[in-house]
Amino acid sequence: MESALSKNEGEFSSVGTFSDPIYMQELRNQMIKFARLQVRDEGLAEDAVQEAMLAAYQHIDRFTGKAAFKTWVFSILKNKLIDLLRKEKRHTAASQLEEGENLNGDALMDVLFAKNGHWNKSERPQKWDDPDHGVENNHFWRVFDACLNELPERYSRLFMMREFLEMETPEICANEEVTVSHLNVTLYRARLRLRECLEDCWYQSEAKQ
Amino acid sequence: MMMKCTEATQMLSERLDRKLSTKEKLSLGMHTAMCSPCRQFGDQMKELREITKVYKDLNNVETKE
Repeated sequence: MESALSKNEGEFSSVGTFSDPIYMQELRNQMIKFARLQVRDEGLAEDAVQEAMLAAYQHIDRFTGKAAFKTWVFSILKNKLIDLLRKEKRHTAASQLEEGENLNGDALMDVLFAKNGHWNKSERPQKWDDPDHGVENNHFWRVFDACLNELPERYSRLFMMREFLEMETPEICANEEVTVSHLNVTLYRARLRLRECLEDCWYQSEAKQ
Repeated sequence: MMMKCTEATQMLSERLDRKLSTKEKLSLGMHTAMCSPCRQFGDQMKELREITKVYKDLNNVETKE
């Protein structure tokens, strides 16, 4: 069934779109879902969406129509989230975050790799046969969602900025006040954990069935 | 000296974020030619990025103008 969002995209004038409650509600739901993936705090996510919608309404004259209305609103939300993450960073005791998670990362490295720096025999990556992560496979996406939520806060935040907000390395380093090598190590460990989680919870369990 | 798997896997992750130098490509290529687990790991890193993209699409995430 066609949603109000896809049906109305392009049919309404940008100003008219704001007076369509069904379209706006669907758009808001999608924006909140996206914002929650980034900030993991419902209140902050809703604030960011509210601010983005208000900014879109106030600056509707800047909407040129070159991109879809939804894409334009999402680009405003993306900027709001980046601002929010930057502000939040100032209020976070980074050293407290670092300590726990570095231990976490080192512990994972000790499990995966032997002292000589090569893979432990039992942890060597196996071929991911027939990933079967098509759109229709809800179970896979529930597993992926759970693995994503299992990432430590610090890993998750930088991984989301890189993979979801598609920010480049210099931009993330400037926002988060981290060095390039720190970012690279953090992204590496986030991917290691995600890979490990998917292998344990999906690929190997599928192979056993 | 032969690269360790810890170094190779980090480089296989970094490959997603930056362009590797010719020297890095060469030493990584030599390592993965002889190390099947690291070859698998490299494939899985690419797969992980594809999975993340599909996940984003499923969540109706649009971030590019």
